[in-house]
Amino acid sequence: MAGARELPPDEVLVRRLRDGDEETFALVLDTWSGGMLRLAMSFVSTKASAEEAVQDTWLAVIRGIGDFEGRSSLKTWVYRILVRTAKTRGSKESRTVPFASLQPEEEGPTVDAARFRPPGERYPGHWAVGQEPRPWPEDYVLRGEVRELIAEALDELPPRLRAVVTLRDVAGYGSEEVCSMLEISPGNQRVLLHRARAFLRRKLEHYLSGVHDVAVGGDERGLR
Amino acid sequence: MNCDEFVELVTAFLDGAMDEPTELRFLTHLTVCDDCEMCLEQFKQIIAMVGELPEASLTVETRDQLRGAFRALRRG
Ligand SMILES: [Zn+2]
Repeated sequence: MAGARELPPDEVLVRRLRDGDEETFALVLDTWSGGMLRLAMSFVSTKASAEEAVQDTWLAVIRGIGDFEGRSSLKTWVYRILVRTAKTRGSKESRTVPFASLQPEEEGPTVDAARFRPPGERYPGHWAVGQEPRPWPEDYVLRGEVRELIAEALDELPPRLRAVVTLRDVAGYGSEEVCSMLEISPGNQRVLLHRARAFLRRKLEHYLSGVHDVAVGGDERGLR
Repeated sequence: MNCDEFVELVTAFLDGAMDEPTELRFLTHLTVCDDCEMCLEQFKQIIAMVGELPEASLTVETRDQLRGAFRALRRG
Protein backbone atom coordinates (compact mmCIF):
# COMPACT_ATOMS: atom_id res chain seq x y z
CA MET A 1 0.00 0.00 0.00
CA ALA A 2 2.26 2.72 -1.27
CA GLY A 3 2.03 5.93 0.69
CA ALA A 4 -0.62 4.56 3.04
CA ARG A 5 1.66 4.94 6.02
CA GLU A 6 1.89 8.69 5.57
CA LEU A 7 -1.85 9.13 5.96
CA PRO A 8 -3.30 9.99 9.37
CA PRO A 9 -5.80 7.55 10.91
CA ASP A 10 -9.30 7.40 9.45
CA GLU A 11 -11.05 9.43 12.13
CA VAL A 12 -8.61 12.31 11.59
CA LEU A 13 -8.97 12.07 7.81
CA VAL A 14 -12.74 12.00 7.95
CA ARG A 15 -12.94 14.94 10.35
CA ARG A 16 -10.63 17.04 8.20
CA LEU A 17 -12.49 16.15 5.02
CA ARG A 18 -15.79 17.10 6.63
CA ASP A 19 -14.21 20.36 7.79
CA GLY A 20 -13.31 21.10 4.18
CA ASP A 21 -9.53 20.78 4.63
CA GLU A 22 -8.35 20.92 1.04
CA GLU A 23 -4.83 19.71 1.80
CA THR A 24 -6.17 16.52 3.30
CA PHE A 25 -8.36 16.03 0.26
CA ALA A 26 -5.38 16.51 -2.05
CA LEU A 27 -3.43 14.00 0.05
CA VAL A 28 -5.98 11.18 -0.21
CA LEU A 29 -6.67 12.08 -3.82
CA ASP A 30 -3.01 11.73 -4.75
CA THR A 31 -2.40 8.68 -2.59
CA TRP A 32 -5.32 6.57 -3.76
CA SER A 33 -6.11 7.66 -7.32
CA GLY A 34 -3.31 5.60 -8.91
CA GLY A 35 -4.59 2.33 -7.54
CA MET A 36 -8.16 3.39 -8.30
CA LEU A 37 -7.31 4.05 -11.94
CA ARG A 38 -5.73 0.63 -12.30
CA LEU A 39 -8.74 -1.00 -10.72
CA ALA A 40 -11.22 0.98 -12.82
CA MET A 41 -9.44 -0.26 -15.95
CA SER A 42 -10.67 -3.75 -15.08
CA PHE A 43 -14.25 -2.69 -15.65
CA VAL A 44 -14.21 -0.17 -18.49
CA SER A 45 -12.82 -0.10 -22.01
CA THR A 46 -10.49 2.89 -22.10
CA LYS A 47 -8.12 4.85 -19.90
CA ALA A 48 -10.27 7.94 -20.39
CA SER A 49 -13.31 6.09 -19.16
CA ALA A 50 -11.36 4.80 -16.16
CA GLU A 51 -10.34 8.35 -15.35
CA GLU A 52 -13.97 9.46 -15.51
CA ALA A 53 -15.01 6.61 -13.20
CA VAL A 54 -12.39 7.72 -10.69
CA GLN A 55 -13.51 11.32 -11.05
CA ASP A 56 -17.18 10.38 -10.48
CA THR A 57 -16.12 8.37 -7.46
CA TRP A 58 -14.32 11.30 -5.88
CA LEU A 59 -17.30 13.55 -6.54
CA ALA A 60 -19.52 11.02 -4.77
CA VAL A 61 -17.01 10.88 -1.92
CA ILE A 62 -16.98 14.68 -1.56
CA ARG A 63 -20.78 14.76 -1.47
CA GLY A 64 -21.14 11.70 0.73
CA ILE A 65 -18.38 12.11 3.29
CA GLY A 66 -20.92 13.45 5.78
CA ASP A 67 -22.77 10.13 5.59
CA PHE A 68 -19.69 7.92 6.00
CA GLU A 69 -20.38 5.76 9.03
CA GLY A 70 -16.97 4.23 9.58
CA ARG A 71 -18.18 0.65 9.35
CA SER A 72 -15.38 -0.10 6.92
CA SER A 73 -12.12 1.78 6.50
CA LEU A 74 -12.39 5.04 4.58
CA LYS A 75 -10.32 3.58 1.76
CA THR A 76 -12.54 0.51 1.46
CA TRP A 77 -15.58 2.77 1.37
CA VAL A 78 -14.03 4.84 -1.42
CA TYR A 79 -13.02 1.71 -3.35
CA ARG A 80 -16.52 0.26 -3.02
CA ILE A 81 -17.97 3.39 -4.58
CA LEU A 82 -15.39 3.06 -7.33
CA VAL A 83 -16.24 -0.57 -8.04
CA ARG A 84 -19.93 0.33 -8.25
CA THR A 85 -19.30 3.35 -10.46
CA ALA A 86 -16.90 1.52 -12.76
CA LYS A 87 -19.17 -1.52 -13.06
CA THR A 88 -22.12 0.66 -14.08
CA ARG A 89 -19.97 2.48 -16.58
CA GLY A 90 -18.56 -0.79 -17.89
CA SER A 91 -21.97 -2.35 -18.45
CA LYS A 92 -23.04 0.76 -20.40
CA GLU A 93 -20.01 0.05 -22.56
CA SER A 94 -21.28 -3.53 -22.84
CA ARG A 95 -18.47 -4.85 -20.72
CA THR A 96 -20.22 -6.82 -18.07
CA VAL A 97 -17.82 -8.43 -15.67
CA PRO A 98 -19.61 -11.24 -13.85
CA PHE A 99 -17.90 -11.89 -10.57
CA ALA A 100 -20.29 -14.22 -8.84
CA SER A 101 -19.20 -17.48 -10.42
CA LEU A 102 -16.08 -18.81 -12.07
CA GLN A 103 -15.95 -19.21 -15.83
CA PRO A 104 -15.12 -22.68 -17.16
CA GLU A 105 -11.79 -21.43 -18.54
CA GLU A 106 -10.83 -20.29 -15.06
CA GLU A 107 -10.90 -23.71 -13.51
CA GLY A 108 -8.19 -25.67 -15.30
CA PRO A 109 -4.54 -25.89 -14.25
CA THR A 110 -2.38 -22.77 -14.53
CA VAL A 111 0.70 -24.63 -15.69
CA ASP A 112 0.70 -26.54 -18.96
CA ALA A 113 0.39 -30.27 -18.20
CA ALA A 114 3.17 -30.91 -20.73
CA ARG A 115 5.66 -29.42 -18.28
CA PHE A 116 5.17 -32.35 -15.92
CA ARG A 117 6.11 -35.99 -16.35
CA PRO A 118 3.17 -38.00 -17.67
CA PRO A 119 1.62 -40.97 -15.86
CA GLY A 120 3.59 -44.12 -16.55
CA GLU A 121 6.93 -42.36 -16.44
CA ARG A 122 9.10 -42.32 -13.34
CA TYR A 123 7.92 -39.61 -10.90
CA PRO A 124 4.69 -38.76 -12.70
CA GLY A 125 3.42 -35.27 -11.89
CA HIS A 126 6.92 -33.96 -11.25
CA TRP A 127 8.57 -31.30 -13.39
CA ALA A 128 9.77 -32.78 -16.66
CA VAL A 129 13.46 -32.48 -17.47
CA GLY A 130 14.18 -29.02 -18.88
CA GLN A 131 10.73 -27.73 -17.84
CA GLU A 132 11.59 -26.85 -14.23
CA PRO A 133 11.42 -23.20 -13.13
CA ARG A 134 14.88 -21.66 -13.53
CA PRO A 135 16.18 -18.88 -11.32
CA TRP A 136 15.59 -15.43 -12.79
CA PRO A 137 18.73 -13.37 -13.35
CA GLU A 138 18.59 -10.68 -10.71
CA ASP A 139 19.95 -7.90 -12.89
CA TYR A 140 17.11 -8.38 -15.38
CA VAL A 141 14.47 -8.57 -12.72
CA LEU A 142 15.53 -5.14 -11.52
CA ARG A 143 15.42 -3.51 -14.92
CA GLY A 144 12.77 -1.07 -16.05
CA GLU A 145 11.88 -3.17 -19.07
CA VAL A 146 10.74 -5.97 -16.79
CA ARG A 147 8.54 -3.54 -14.93
CA GLU A 148 7.05 -2.47 -18.23
CA LEU A 149 6.49 -6.08 -19.19
CA ILE A 150 4.61 -6.72 -15.95
CA ALA A 151 2.48 -3.60 -16.45
CA GLU A 152 1.62 -4.74 -20.00
CA ALA A 153 0.87 -8.26 -18.81
CA LEU A 154 -1.50 -6.82 -16.20
CA ASP A 155 -3.36 -5.01 -18.98
CA GLU A 156 -3.66 -8.26 -20.93
CA LEU A 157 -5.36 -10.08 -18.06
CA PRO A 158 -9.08 -10.76 -18.32
CA PRO A 159 -10.99 -8.14 -16.26
CA ARG A 160 -11.88 -10.35 -13.30
CA LEU A 161 -8.33 -11.56 -12.84
CA ARG A 162 -7.02 -8.05 -13.23
CA ALA A 163 -9.42 -6.64 -10.67
CA VAL A 164 -8.43 -9.18 -8.05
CA VAL A 165 -4.67 -8.99 -8.57
CA THR A 166 -4.86 -5.20 -8.67
CA LEU A 167 -6.62 -5.06 -5.33
CA ARG A 168 -4.48 -7.71 -3.67
CA ASP A 169 -0.98 -7.14 -5.04
CA VAL A 170 -1.02 -3.58 -6.39
CA ALA A 171 -3.21 -1.91 -3.76
CA GLY A 172 -2.19 -4.31 -0.98
CA TYR A 173 -5.64 -5.33 0.30
CA GLY A 174 -6.21 -8.53 2.26
CA SER A 175 -8.42 -11.27 0.88
CA GLU A 176 -11.38 -10.45 3.12
CA GLU A 177 -11.55 -6.85 1.97
CA VAL A 178 -11.32 -7.90 -1.66
CA CYS A 179 -14.11 -10.46 -1.28
CA SER A 180 -16.28 -7.79 0.28
CA MET A 181 -15.47 -5.14 -2.33
CA LEU A 182 -16.07 -7.40 -5.32
CA GLU A 183 -18.72 -9.54 -3.63
CA ILE A 184 -17.04 -12.85 -4.40
CA SER A 185 -16.39 -15.90 -2.25
CA PRO A 186 -12.95 -16.44 -0.68
CA GLY A 187 -12.49 -19.58 -2.78
CA ASN A 188 -13.23 -17.81 -6.07
CA GLN A 189 -11.10 -14.86 -5.06
CA ARG A 190 -8.17 -17.22 -4.53
CA VAL A 191 -8.67 -19.00 -7.85
CA LEU A 192 -8.73 -15.68 -9.73
CA LEU A 193 -5.72 -14.34 -7.85
CA HIS A 194 -3.72 -17.49 -8.41
CA ARG A 195 -4.51 -17.52 -12.11
CA ALA A 196 -3.51 -13.88 -12.41
CA ARG A 197 -0.21 -14.40 -10.60
CA ALA A 198 0.50 -17.58 -12.57
CA PHE A 199 -0.12 -15.69 -15.81
CA LEU A 200 2.32 -12.94 -14.80
CA ARG A 201 4.91 -15.50 -13.69
CA ARG A 202 4.60 -17.31 -17.01
CA LYS A 203 5.00 -14.06 -18.97
CA LEU A 204 8.12 -13.10 -17.08
CA GLU A 205 9.55 -16.61 -17.26
CA HIS A 206 9.05 -16.64 -20.99
CA TYR A 207 10.57 -13.20 -21.41
CA LEU A 208 13.57 -13.83 -19.17
CA SER A 209 14.43 -17.17 -20.74
CA GLY A 210 14.56 -15.38 -24.10
CA VAL A 211 16.56 -12.35 -22.97
CA HIS A 212 18.90 -14.44 -20.91
CA ASP A 213 19.97 -16.54 -23.90
CA VAL A 214 20.57 -13.44 -25.99
CA ALA A 215 22.49 -11.76 -23.19
CA VAL A 216 24.77 -14.74 -22.66
CA GLY A 217 25.43 -15.06 -26.40
CA GLY A 218 26.10 -11.37 -26.89
CA ASP A 219 28.05 -10.92 -23.70
CA GLU A 220 31.60 -9.56 -24.13
CA ARG A 221 33.16 -12.59 -22.55
CA GLY A 222 30.99 -14.85 -24.67
CA LEU A 223 32.29 -13.28 -27.86
CA ARG A 224 35.91 -13.75 -27.11
CA MET B 1 2.15 -34.23 -3.16
CA ASN B 2 3.42 -33.87 -6.72
CA CYS B 3 4.73 -30.74 -8.41
CA ASP B 4 1.62 -30.33 -10.57
CA GLU B 5 -0.53 -30.14 -7.43
CA PHE B 6 1.97 -27.92 -5.60
CA VAL B 7 2.00 -25.20 -8.26
CA GLU B 8 -1.77 -24.77 -8.01
CA LEU B 9 -1.66 -24.34 -4.23
CA VAL B 10 0.92 -21.57 -3.97
CA THR B 11 -1.58 -18.76 -3.46
CA ALA B 12 -3.63 -20.75 -0.94
CA PHE B 13 -0.39 -21.40 0.94
CA LEU B 14 0.70 -17.75 0.90
CA ASP B 15 -2.75 -16.75 2.15
CA GLY B 16 -2.68 -19.33 4.93
CA ALA B 17 -5.90 -20.70 3.47
CA MET B 18 -5.06 -24.42 3.39
CA ASP B 19 -6.33 -27.06 5.78
CA GLU B 20 -3.68 -28.54 8.03
CA PRO B 21 -3.14 -31.90 6.27
CA THR B 22 -2.75 -30.18 2.90
CA GLU B 23 -0.39 -27.62 4.35
CA LEU B 24 1.71 -30.41 5.82
CA ARG B 25 1.88 -32.20 2.46
CA PHE B 26 2.74 -28.89 0.79
CA LEU B 27 5.55 -28.16 3.24
CA THR B 28 6.87 -31.70 2.96
CA HIS B 29 7.05 -31.37 -0.80
CA LEU B 30 8.79 -28.04 -0.40
CA THR B 31 11.58 -29.64 1.65
CA VAL B 32 12.29 -32.26 -1.01
CA CYS B 33 11.75 -30.35 -4.27
CA ASP B 34 14.11 -27.54 -5.25
CA ASP B 35 12.12 -26.83 -8.41
CA CYS B 36 8.93 -26.11 -6.55
CA GLU B 37 10.86 -24.08 -4.00
CA MET B 38 12.01 -21.98 -6.96
CA CYS B 39 8.47 -21.73 -8.23
CA LEU B 40 7.22 -20.48 -4.86
CA GLU B 41 10.08 -17.99 -4.75
CA GLN B 42 9.10 -16.68 -8.19
CA PHE B 43 5.53 -16.15 -7.10
CA LYS B 44 6.86 -14.08 -4.22
CA GLN B 45 9.03 -12.11 -6.65
CA ILE B 46 6.07 -11.46 -8.92
CA ILE B 47 3.97 -10.25 -6.01
CA ALA B 48 6.77 -7.91 -4.94
CA MET B 49 7.23 -6.58 -8.49
CA VAL B 50 3.53 -5.94 -8.97
CA GLY B 51 3.52 -4.07 -5.66
CA GLU B 52 6.28 -1.78 -6.88
CA LEU B 53 4.73 -0.82 -10.19
CA PRO B 54 4.67 2.90 -10.74
CA GLU B 55 1.15 4.12 -10.16
CA ALA B 56 -1.03 5.56 -12.82
CA SER B 57 -2.07 9.13 -12.12
CA LEU B 58 -4.97 11.40 -12.87
CA THR B 59 -4.46 14.09 -15.46
CA VAL B 60 -3.67 17.51 -14.06
CA GLU B 61 -7.02 18.79 -15.33
CA THR B 62 -9.03 16.12 -13.52
CA ARG B 63 -7.04 16.63 -10.36
CA ASP B 64 -7.61 20.40 -10.45
CA GLN B 65 -11.30 19.96 -11.20
CA LEU B 66 -11.69 17.65 -8.23
CA ARG B 67 -9.90 20.03 -5.90
CA GLY B 68 -12.18 22.76 -7.14
CA ALA B 69 -15.23 20.59 -6.59
CA PHE B 70 -14.09 19.80 -3.06
CA ARG B 71 -13.61 23.48 -2.32
CA ALA B 72 -17.03 24.35 -3.71
CA LEU B 73 -18.93 21.53 -2.05
CA ARG B 74 -17.27 21.34 1.36
CA ARG B 75 -16.71 24.98 2.01
CA GLY B 76 -19.96 26.06 0.43
ZN1 LIG C 1 7.96 -30.17 -6.89
